[in-house]
Amino acid sequence: MGLRKVAVVGAGMTKFVRRAQETGKELAYEAAKMALDSCELTLDDVDGVALGTAPDAFDGVHMKGEYLSDGAGAWRKPFMRSYVGGGTGVFAPIQGWYHVASGLFDVCLVVCEEKMSSCQPHPQGAFLTIFDHTTERPLGPNLLWIFALEMNRYMQTYGLQKKDIALVSVKNKRNAADHPCALLGDPNITVEDVLKSEVLAWPVQRLDVSPVTDGAVALVLAAENVAKRITDKPVWIKGVGWSLDTAYWTNRDLYYPKYVEYAARMAYEMAGIREPRKEIHIVEPYDPFDYKELHHLEGLLLADKGEAPRLTAEGVTARTGNMPVCPSGGLLGVGNPIAAAGLMKVAEIFWQLRGEAGKRQVPGKPITGLAQAWGDLMQVGTVIILGIGG
Amino acid sequence: MALLEKVDKNIEARAWQGEIPIQSRYTCGLAGEKFFREIMENGRFAGTHCAECEYTYVPPTIYCERCFAKLDEWVEVGPEGTVQSFTVLLVAPDGTPLEEPDILALIQLDGADSVLVHRLGKVGLDELAIGMRVKAVFKPKKEREGSILDIVHFVPVNA
Amino acid sequence: MTAKIKEFPGVGLRESDFTERKVLFTEWKPDARYAWDAGVAIGRYLAELKEGRIIGVRCHHCRRTVVPPRIFCEWCFRPMDEWVYLEDHGVVNTFSICYVQWDMERLEEPLIPAVIEIAGASKGVGILHLLGEVDPREVKIGMKVKAVWKPAAERIGAITDIRYFKPIN
Ligand SMILES: [Zn+2]
Ligand SMILES: [Zn+2]
Repeated sequence: MGLRKVAVVGAGMTKFVRRAQETGKELAYEAAKMALDSCELTLDDVDGVALGTAPDAFDGVHMKGEYLSDGAGAWRKPFMRSYVGGGTGVFAPIQGWYHVASGLFDVCLVVCEEKMSSCQPHPQGAFLTIFDHTTERPLGPNLLWIFALEMNRYMQTYGLQKKDIALVSVKNKRNAADHPCALLGDPNITVEDVLKSEVLAWPVQRLDVSPVTDGAVALVLAAENVAKRITDKPVWIKGVGWSLDTAYWTNRDLYYPKYVEYAARMAYEMAGIREPRKEIHIVEPYDPFDYKELHHLEGLLLADKGEAPRLTAEGVTARTGNMPVCPSGGLLGVGNPIAAAGLMKVAEIFWQLRGEAGKRQVPGKPITGLAQAWGDLMQVGTVIILGIGG
Repeated sequence: MALLEKVDKNIEARAWQGEIPIQSRYTCGLAGEKFFREIMENGRFAGTHCAECEYTYVPPTIYCERCFAKLDEWVEVGPEGTVQSFTVLLVAPDGTPLEEPDILALIQLDGADSVLVHRLGKVGLDELAIGMRVKAVFKPKKEREGSILDIVHFVPVNA
Repeated sequence: MTAKIKEFPGVGLRESDFTERKVLFTEWKPDARYAWDAGVAIGRYLAELKEGRIIGVRCHHCRRTVVPPRIFCEWCFRPMDEWVYLEDHGVVNTFSICYVQWDMERLEEPLIPAVIEIAGASKGVGILHLLGEVDPREVKIGMKVKAVWKPAAERIGAITDIRYFKPIN
């Protein structure tokens, strides 16, 4: 395709907190500045900025992209904001990637920010409009419905129990206990705790769900010639993919995310990966709810359909397992500031592949990792594959 | 027969009414916290200064958007300043005429490089001019609550 | 990451920091009211609901019959071919038992939202609605349910003209 090689060369993030004192701009700045400092670049080196952030209604700022732009390092630079629901955090680096791969920019700063705590009394107020205003909203829905309906369909299709799925929440919240930015890390949480937590919308219980969160994450992307000059540990973007299914969500079978499979196949093909289960060493699938991690592992073709719970039970997806999944602690543990949560996953793969993940470092010197996000009306899949060497 | 129908009778056109039930609670942020506390407690303006860019931000920011440096040098600016531009509003947002014209201005406080948006008061429309010198009038201290409205308005320096 | 950065930025606040006004903040409530046009397809759907009927549309190209109706087939990207009256009963595709409303306040009685595959539409094609007249513990995927309509005089042309779906014994 005549594309240039693109590397991730720096990353930064804020703590993920329930209510940040910082404004959205200030959060974006802290993450962006840390990312630039980490690879010893300055704003002068940045050719363009790709920003990802969820609907304006969360922060309560119309044209939120423009509002955040100076904090994201975009003063008098080419700047674009993208939004594909929860898939945004992985789409923003894809957008940064094609700006560098195409030859347009040598260095692109990617920033994702969310300040959900601004939205009162609950950010669900801003989520409600994803339901059709005429045929669904009069029924009084809340966001949990679509997750509960999807989770139930998934459980029914494969005969799964709540305890099979709660293992994911336990694993991720325990992993997050080692993340210095995590909101809900808990080294001692058990399956019992999850099963005893408040029932919100059966089968969804309180500890099956990631929390409302504020935070920001940033990455620095660079073309090969620049990357090799500034670091001896570039992490290459090997493949990207994204796909969107129909918005008529009640017309599809929710047990399987076909659109995630399409996104994954696009990324595998670009990365030259033929046997993903052998060639992908660590995975950060999107886990706003515990069952979603399982759902996505299957959509990513990293587990047979209905088999992801078994892999979890057998410890394959533990940080020390054969295929560590969400070693960061994921959205369930680190937190879920929508777009920033997705980019946190990409940052985690970057740190893991460089051997810089501290207490969270997976053993075995992984060389290829995958991050994935998901969103809209159970509709969008975004996938990025990172690798070292080659 | 393809479904390329048009709604050609108004009676058939239906709309479903609803609202988005959101309200926002904005923190003033790290820089805003200092800025508004300084107004509230001391009736003074605080800006942040970037030595590299020789630029002073008011309202302040914790970073310089030009060079991306973290800013921790605070400087006092104002309370007098210069009108950089103004507009005279004669109608309310809903279109109804205002009893008194509302004068909005961009004010560059002495010592600042960026400008502040606020109201002008105690000034005749024929006196208004870009370049005129103005000064802040604060609410009585006990009525201040850490908001931009702790400043009542700006008035001509010689008023 | 952890080695280089001693303390990550981000100041977490408690709700009490706001209620006790320990931090400065401002509040705003936008007047975000809308009149959403029903459009051609949903306009007809609502008109038929008022008559106590569920209507869908059919695409001759992919041979799907879908509901809610739409004027175009999103698979084939061509206009739909015909209106089709569907049955007012169907099968539960999936359901939830919901104890909270959108602002996370507890509901006194749980709601049972469900995706219901409507008889007469293609397999797997359903709509979102509520189940009623059923013990939440008795609800099963695959259960047959039928619409419970409001009396004709109370119907206004809305999805809520169907109160809920109840099990067919
Ligand atoms: Zn500067
Ligand atoms: Zn078709």
